Amino acid sequence: MTHDGAAGGTVREIRDAVRSRTRSAVEVCRDALARIEALEPQLHAFNTVIADRALARADAIDREPERWRDAPLAGVPVALKDNLSTRGVRTTASSRILDGYVPPYDATVVTRLEMAGAVIVGKTNCDEFAMGSSTENSAFGPVRNPWALDRTPGGSSGGSAAAVAARMAPLALGSDTGGSIRQPAALCGVVGLKPTYGRVSRYGLLAFGSSLDQIGPVTRTVHDAALALNVLAGADPADATSVPEPVPDYTAALTGDIRGARIGVPRALLAQGVDAAVARALDAALDVLESRGATIVDVELPHAGHAIPVYYLVATAEASSNLARYDGVRYGFRANPEPGTRNQELRTMYSRTRAQGFGAEVKRRIMLGTYVLSAGYYDAYYLKAQRVRTLILRDYEQAFTQGQAVDLIAMPTSPTPAFRIGERVEDPLQMYLADVFTVSANLAGLPALSVPCGFTADRLPIGLQLTGRHFDEATLLRVADAYERDTEWSTQPPPILSR
Amino acid sequence: MPAAFTREDVAKIAALANLELDPSEIDLFARQLGDILTYAEQVQQVDTTGVPPTASVITRPAADRVDEVRPSLNRDEALANAPDRALDAGFFKVPRVIG
Repeated sequence: MTHDGAAGGTVREIRDAVRSRTRSAVEVCRDALARIEALEPQLHAFNTVIADRALARADAIDREPERWRDAPLAGVPVALKDNLSTRGVRTTASSRILDGYVPPYDATVVTRLEMAGAVIVGKTNCDEFAMGSSTENSAFGPVRNPWALDRTPGGSSGGSAAAVAARMAPLALGSDTGGSIRQPAALCGVVGLKPTYGRVSRYGLLAFGSSLDQIGPVTRTVHDAALALNVLAGADPADATSVPEPVPDYTAALTGDIRGARIGVPRALLAQGVDAAVARALDAALDVLESRGATIVDVELPHAGHAIPVYYLVATAEASSNLARYDGVRYGFRANPEPGTRNQELRTMYSRTRAQGFGAEVKRRIMLGTYVLSAGYYDAYYLKAQRVRTLILRDYEQAFTQGQAVDLIAMPTSPTPAFRIGERVEDPLQMYLADVFTVSANLAGLPALSVPCGFTADRLPIGLQLTGRHFDEATLLRVADAYERDTEWSTQPPPILSR
Repeated sequence: MPAAFTREDVAKIAALANLELDPSEIDLFARQLGDILTYAEQVQQVDTTGVPPTASVITRPAADRVDEVRPSLNRDEALANAPDRALDAGFFKVPRVIG
C-alpha cells in the first residue's frame, strides 16, 4: 500500500526515507509541525506542541546518520497522549489538578521511542485522566473529529487518533483502559492496537485502572502498528506487571497468508444495539477475510453482556485508589483553604484541591469507586464484579481453546460511528454503554486492535475489532494486515485535508 | 442495598474520598450514581458460586530484580513540582496540623 508522501507519509515511508537520506529528519519534522499548525485551530488535538525541541532532536539525528542508520523509527514524528510522562515537558492528563506539573522522568515507552530514533512533537488532548469516550471530559475542551468537525473523535485517546487521521503525525501513543485506543481509532478511521496486558511497560503512564491500563500505538496502517510494537514491547524492571515474554519481529508476521485462520463472531452479543451501517461493514469485512482463506464461525461469549457493569465497578474502584495521590502536596494544583479550625485545615486543603482540580466525570468515578470499595458494599459490588470478570476471561479462554477453537474474535469496535459533540454529556450511563465491545479485552487482558473497515453513508469511519490470545499480537496483526491489503479504507484522507 | 442515593449517602462518600462537593453536585451525583448502580446491579444476578475473583490477569509474573542500589530522583527534583516546599530542609509544606 502506498501513501502520498506530500500528505505526510507512513511510519515506514518516513523511516526509510530518513535512513536512506532521501529526506532529512528536520524536513519531515517541519512537515509535521506545519500540518499541526494549520489544523490545530480546528481540531484541538494537542495540549502541548514542542516544536523547538522536536526540531533540535531531528537536527541531532540528521547530524549523526551512522548512529541512526538502522534505527527502526529514525526521524519519525510521534505524538504522545498527555498522560504519558515526559521529562521536562508538562504532562497534564488534561486535568487542572496537574497544573504546572513537569515530570522529572520519562515513561519507559518514551525512552524506547527515542532510542529507536523517534522525534516527539507534542502531547495530545484526551479525556481527563483517560476517563471518557469522547474527549469531552478534557479540562482544555474537546478534540474534534477530522472527518466531521461537529463530532467527537471518540476517546479517551481522541487527540492521538485525530492527530494521526489528520496526518499531524504518522504515529501516536494512546492508553487503553476500556477501549481508549481502539474506539477513537475506529471513529477517526485509523488503526489502534491495545497490546496484551503486560506486553508494554506502564512505567510513567499516569495510572487510571492499574489492572486494565495498557499503552499502545495509533497509526494509519497495520504495518506501522507492527513497527511501533517492535519498539514498545518488552519487560521493564520498572514495571513489575510487565511480562518477560520474548518479543518477536511483528513485521515478519505480516505475510498476507491467513489461510486456515479461524475467526469467531459472537453473534448473540451483536444482536442488538449495533448501528445498521456498522453491522453491514462487519459482514462485508468477514467476507473479505473469508475470501482470503479464513474460516468464520460463531462463538459464544455468554458473560460478555455483563462486561460494562463489571468494567465500571472494577475500573472506578482502581481509579479512586490511584487518584488519591492528587492531594495538592507533591505536585500540581493546590487550593488555598480558608482559615478554619487548625487541625481541619489540612483535610480542607485536600478536599478543596480535589474539588477544584478534578472535572465532573473524574469526580463521578472517584465517588463510584469509593462507594464500591467501602465497608458494607465491597462484597456486593467490587468482589462480585471481580468474580464475573473471571467468567468473562473464561469465556474467551474457552472460545480460543475448545470446540471450534478460534484464533481471533471479530466484532465492531464501536456500536455506532462518531457521535456529535454534546450529544451524550448529560447522560454518563449512555456514554458508558458505547464501550460495550471494547471493555472485555481489558478485563481479560487480551490484545485487540481496530482497523478501518468502511464508512457510513455520511462518510464517518467504521472500525473492525479483532481480539486475540494473550501475547499473540502476531496473529492479530497478520490478519488485520491481510484485510488491509484487500481494502482501501485506510488510504482515504479525511475531508479536513482537502479544505 | 440502596438502589437510590440520598444526599447524606453522597456526602458520606465524598468525605471518604476527600472531595468537597457543592449542593448542586450532591444532587446531581445522588441521581447519577443511583442510575449507574441500578444498572450495575445486574452483576448480582450472575451465578458465581465457586468462582474466584480476578484482580489481575498477569499470566507470568516478572522475576524479582536484583536488590541493588541505583540512582534515583534527587531531593531537589522530587520537590521541584510541589506547590509549597522548603528546599533547604527537604520538606513538602502543608497547612499546619499540630498545635
